[in-house]
This record gives sequence, structure tokens and C-alpha cells, in this order.
Amino acid sequence: MTGTLLKVRDLRIGATIYPPGAAAEDIEIVHGVSFDLERGKVLGLIGESGAGKSTIGLASLAYGRGGVRITGGEVHLNGRDILSLGPKGHRDLRGAEVSYVSQSAAASFNPSKPILQQVTEATIRHGRLSAREAEARAIDLFRQLGLPEPETIGQRYPHQVSGGQLQRCMTALALCPKPDLVVFDEPTTALDVTTQIDVLKAIKDAIAATGVAALYITHDLAVVAQVSDEIMVLRNGATVEHGTAEQIISAPQEAYTQALVSVRSTQNPARTGPATPVVEIRNVSARYKGLDADIVSDISVELVPGRTLAVVGESGSGKSTLARVLTGLLPPREGKILFEGRALAREYDARPRDDLREIQMIYQMADVAMNPRQNVGTIIGRPLEFYFGMKGSEKVRRVRELLDAIDLGAEFADRYPAELSGGQKQRVCIARALAAKPKVIICDEVTSALDPLVAEGILKLLLDLQTAEGVAYMFITHDLATVRAIADTIAVMHRGKIVRYGPKPQVLSPPFDDYTDLLLGSVPEMRIGWLEEVIARRKMESAGH
Amino acid sequence: MTRIPIPALFGLVFTGLFFAMAVLAPLIAPYGPAEIVGDVWEPASADHLMGTDNIGRDLLTRMIYGGRTTILVATLATVISFVTGACLGLFAAVIGGWVDQALSRFVDLMMSIPTLIFALVVLSVMPVTLPVLIVVMGLLDATRVYRLSRAVAVDITVMDFVEAARLRGEGRGWIVFREILPNALSPLVAEMGLRFIFMVLFVSTLSFLGLGVQPPAADWGGIVKENKDGIVYGIGAALWPAAAIATLAISVNLVADWVLGRTTSLKGGRG
Repeated sequence: MTGTLLKVRDLRIGATIYPPGAAAEDIEIVHGVSFDLERGKVLGLIGESGAGKSTIGLASLAYGRGGVRITGGEVHLNGRDILSLGPKGHRDLRGAEVSYVSQSAAASFNPSKPILQQVTEATIRHGRLSAREAEARAIDLFRQLGLPEPETIGQRYPHQVSGGQLQRCMTALALCPKPDLVVFDEPTTALDVTTQIDVLKAIKDAIAATGVAALYITHDLAVVAQVSDEIMVLRNGATVEHGTAEQIISAPQEAYTQALVSVRSTQNPARTGPATPVVEIRNVSARYKGLDADIVSDISVELVPGRTLAVVGESGSGKSTLARVLTGLLPPREGKILFEGRALAREYDARPRDDLREIQMIYQMADVAMNPRQNVGTIIGRPLEFYFGMKGSEKVRRVRELLDAIDLGAEFADRYPAELSGGQKQRVCIARALAAKPKVIICDEVTSALDPLVAEGILKLLLDLQTAEGVAYMFITHDLATVRAIADTIAVMHRGKIVRYGPKPQVLSPPFDDYTDLLLGSVPEMRIGWLEEVIARRKMESAGH
Repeated sequence: MTRIPIPALFGLVFTGLFFAMAVLAPLIAPYGPAEIVGDVWEPASADHLMGTDNIGRDLLTRMIYGGRTTILVATLATVISFVTGACLGLFAAVIGGWVDQALSRFVDLMMSIPTLIFALVVLSVMPVTLPVLIVVMGLLDATRVYRLSRAVAVDITVMDFVEAARLRGEGRGWIVFREILPNALSPLVAEMGLRFIFMVLFVSTLSFLGLGVQPPAADWGGIVKENKDGIVYGIGAALWPAAAIATLAISVNLVADWVLGRTTSLKGGRG
């Protein structure tokens, strides 16, 4: 079975937007994209958010999400124009010939039905297989995808399996009806790096074993390089570059692709030598009310002016909890926090205003970290007014200076958060933190919701500001590339404990402890064949033990 | 602001007319409110556009003054109910803990007693004057507003920007009125329209039962009561206030719907 499976020609997709205070407006979000997909091949669609990659992926199911309309072009699947099929034709097509794997399996499964029933539902309803055959196939797929207890895992409910397992269940769901094409929409983005690797491997093997063709949508070039035969780079709804995976990774032609491949060029200057810490966290343990186990236990780290402490770990490792302890939102059960040598009050509302000012926080989701009903001038101006009593023209001038410092113009003061892009929002949050003239800024996953190039800009800005202001950063992240870029010292957290702590060169060079080794080894590298190498090495290691 | 949809326009015009009538009552009413100008239950004529009532007062005049009373009582009671209900609800959500528990359970207790019965009991032991009436209605209704605003605020309190404000060291006043209230306003405004209508119905009911606005002053409910016997004789005087209540309720509702739709736009619309 060879030949073209999916043929997309001059695909145009439109949507209606409702800008605040203006009339609704029709815009085009995908401008004439064309590509072919052979049977059994994997095409990676890559681009930043808003590039139209998910929209294009869904168009191959002849579907437009949330008011998105396919306005022109042709999509041929198995030689048939699927856009001209009626609602009945579309129903027969989806979940049978084409299926879809979404980013969040947790949000896509019905929490009140067992997994197996959901995995086989579409297959049975489309009459592709009988109920018994579908179940047998699902169990086969569970085994193929490396799920534990493939015979019985289907009896469990979605909350009874882990995130990575659920994502694999969703892949089984998509593969169960023996489709010709599967659209994978960021299937590993929400997973931890160590989990991502298993899911990636499982998806790749399942694709190879079933001979299905796939569209693999992601923003992570290193991930797409592992699973795709071809890669198409998208930007603002148009194709930038389309080639084999090999060519895109090793010899990108377009400037934009080159930027994507070489992203993470930011590097902080090496700063060594002894320095007096501004904050010392000593033997801190903390737990949430009603729990009988510590979320973080016996943590001791230091923050030094002008330097960055990176706290790395997977979700659930307690790194954000550590930040909450430092801010006083979660009082420590044991241990203490020293600020310039004196102990800080355990709870934030017992701390004097000046102590609160000295420790500022920047959040992961800039969207919800700013009051949507306040304009940027108010958001940045409030700390000035609150801590320094600035008013009138003095405040306006300082707000302008701060906007300048984050590379936004003075006209942004009148804008509301909804009128800013993701990167601009995060910049405003940085300005709000800076406005307090703090000695310590906690950055909680500040770049993980952003596109790589935008994140790069934010990191650069943070480093520049650090040099200028001499502020200490506590940088919480799960992304080791970010850590390499900005850290001076690194604390690796695992299950609430620090497993490795020290200056960057020391932490990132062997000999490693087991967990750090696993973590470092799991970060996708931008070369083809990396996934196989890692898996092979793990097998050897586990055989050796 | 773009175009106002036709139902909202309809609502705005009628609400505007009713309020203008309430404010300008002494200027536009053809006679005095208690002045007896004709025979009992005269039919509509050039002198008396709606006819006369059960003791020969001009019905149009009564309607205009009655509307004034109804709207005044309903408006003030709504204001009282919102100020107390929303403030307590928002503070309960922000403070949390036992303050929240105590307030919420007290409100549950109040809500478990049927409002009308409660009002009847309270009003039968208190002197029925306009201020008492307004305060009783406002406080009883505040329980509903409390529930709503607390529910809305609890969702907002957990947002990062509220945490950021707390960490900045802001006082409760700032957090409630500057961080939470602006974000809770849309559902509250819609609810306010709804509550206003309930207030109109509530005061009319009370007056109809004789425990609301006391004669010789009258509100629309009172006018229905005075003229209800006429219906037996085929005299429609009681239908006028009923129609007025219905029209006011619908128009205010249309406006509230439109305001809600406009301010809850997910695309960053601001009200």
C-alpha cells in the first residue's frame, strides 16, 4: 500500500474575531497551505502558537474548531474530497478513516466511564469491528503501547492511570478503528520529560507497527525530529519550509527555521566567587493542611544577589511549593528562612510591608496573574504607589521607565491585558515585579507557556535586568535547556527532596546520581535517532543491573 | 459600543419612560393623588384617560404616583440588598475560615424561611412606614445576593492576580473593591436587574396583602387591591397596574440581558 493518502491543496481557513470595542471582523488564519502525505508516513507540523498547525490538523478531519471555517482549497483523503461531504459523510469519516489525539488526554476522556469502553466506542459505533474484536484489538494496542497490565487496564477509570498512561490510552483509542490517518495534536506537550520519552517511543512504535499515516503537530522541533519522516514549518498560517526531517534539522534553508533550530543561544555570563547570600532557606519542610506527608522536606538552598538559582524537577516534585514557602503563602512546618541574616515571618500576612516588597513573584500564566480589568499603567503603577507612595506625574514617569526597561513603549500603559500578546503579558508581569525594587524575584515557570522564540526574548530580558539591578532569581522550571541558559546554581528536586545542589558546571557534569541522569537523558535533542539511542541505552543499563 | 439590539432598545425606552414618569410625577399627573374628581369607576374619557378608581380618583394620576412609589421602593431596596449582600459576600469569600462559615450558615438559615412569610411576620410587628418596608425588603433579599457574590468571588479569589495582590501586602478593602469586584460585576449587574423586578413584585404583593404601602399613598399592588372588586362588575381598572408591573419587569429584564451579554464577552469586553 503506497501512494498519496492525504492531499491538501491551497487550504484556506477563516475565522471571525471580536476585537474589544470594534465591530466583528472576518480574518484569514491559514493562507493557502498545500502538502501531500504518503501512506504510512509521518508529517510533522511545527510552528509557534497561532501558526495554524492545529487548525490545519483538524482540517484533515474536515473540522473547524470554535467558529473556524474552512473557506477555500481542497482536502482529499483516499482520493475523495472530504470537504464536500455532508454532515453524515463527516460523521462516517471521523473516528473511522481519520482519528485525532489531543494534547490533554485528561480533558478528553469521560471521567465516569472505564477506559476500554471509551477506547472501543467509536470503532464499534462505526461498525469497523464487532464489540469483541474491538476489545481484543484495544488490548493488543495497550500491549503495543507498553501499558502495564494490558488485559485489565481498560477496566480502570481515567483518574486511576497516570498522565502518560492516559495519553497512550488515547493513542490506542485513535488507532483502534484501524484508521488510515491519525492526527496527533501536541500529544506529549503536557507531560514531564521523563514520561514524554516513553510516550514518544510508544507512539512511534505503534505508528510503525500499524502502518498508519500521521500528522504530528508540536511546537518542539526536537520532539518532531524523533518521529517524523517529513517536517513542515508553519508561521502565521503559511508554510515557511517543507522538507525531510533530515534536511530541516541539519540544513534549514529559511531564516525562521534556522532561528527555531538554533534557539537557546542565550547564555548567562559565568559568575563565580563567594558572595553573601540574600536569602537562606534552612532545613525547610512543609505540607498542606490535612496531609500527613511533607510536600517538601529538609530543603536548604541559598539565593545570592545578582545570581540565579534554578530549581528543576518534574511536576509534583515540590518546586512550586518551595516558592510558596519562601513567599509565606505556605508556612513551613520546620526550618526557617533568613533574609539578609534575619529570620522572616513564616506567614506572609505577618511580614512587614518592606519584607513583602523585597521578594516578588512572576507567575507561569501571565493571563491570570494580571487583573483583566486593570490597564497596564495601573498594574505596574500600583506597587509604586503602594510601596513608595508615588503619585501623579512621578508615577507616570516611573511607569514609562519600567515599560522602557521591558522593551514596550509608553503607549502600552493604556492597554488592557486582553490586548497584549503572551510575551507582552509576561513582560508586564516582569515590570510589575521590578517596580517594587525587590532583592529577590521568584520566577515560577515563566517561559513554559510561551513559544520558544518569545521565551528566548523573555530570558534575555531577565538576564539583562539581573545585570542591571543585581537582583537574585529563584528560577523554577522543568525545562533543562532553560536551566543551562540562565542558572548559576542548580537544585534538582525529586519527590520533595533536593537530590543534587551546587554550581551549574558541577551539577551538569558527571558523575550523576540516578535521577539527574534520567532527567538529563530525557531532554529531547535535536537530531534524528536520538530517541532510539536513549531507549537502547536504558535497556542496556537495566539489563546490566 | 456598536449597535443596540432591538429588544434591548425596547427595554431601554420603556424603562426610561417608567423612571422619567416616576421622577416627574407631580409635573405630569393631571390631578392630585388623593383628589376625588369624579364618580366611582367611571369609564375612560377625555378627562380621565384611564377612568376613575373605586372612590372616584383619577386612575392615571394614581398610576403615575403609584409607579413612583413602586419604583422608589424597589430601587432603594435593591440598592440596600446589593450593598449589604455583595459586600458581605465578597468579604466572606476573601476572608474565608470561620467568618465565612458563620455568615454563610446564618444566610442559609434566613433563606430556609420563605421570604414572603418572613416579611409578613416582621411587618406585622413593626410600624409599616416606607423606610421600614424598604429596609426589610432589602435585607431579606440581600441573602440571595450574598450567595451569588460569594460564589462568584470564591472563583476569583484563587486567581494568581489576587494572590499577587495579597503578597504585595494589600489590605482586604483593596482586594475586594479593586481586584475582585470589577471582575464580579457582570453577573452582579445581571442579577441586579433580576432582583429589581423581584422587588417590584415583592412590594406589589405586600401592598396587595395590605402590609406594604399604606393608603392614601398607593403603589401598583395597592391599586390592584383597591380596584380588584371592580373586576366582578366587568370594570378593568385593576388591569392597568397589573399591565404596568408586567411591562416594567420585562423591559428591565431586556436591559439586564443586554448588559450581561455585552460585559461577559470573552474577547476582553469591559463593562
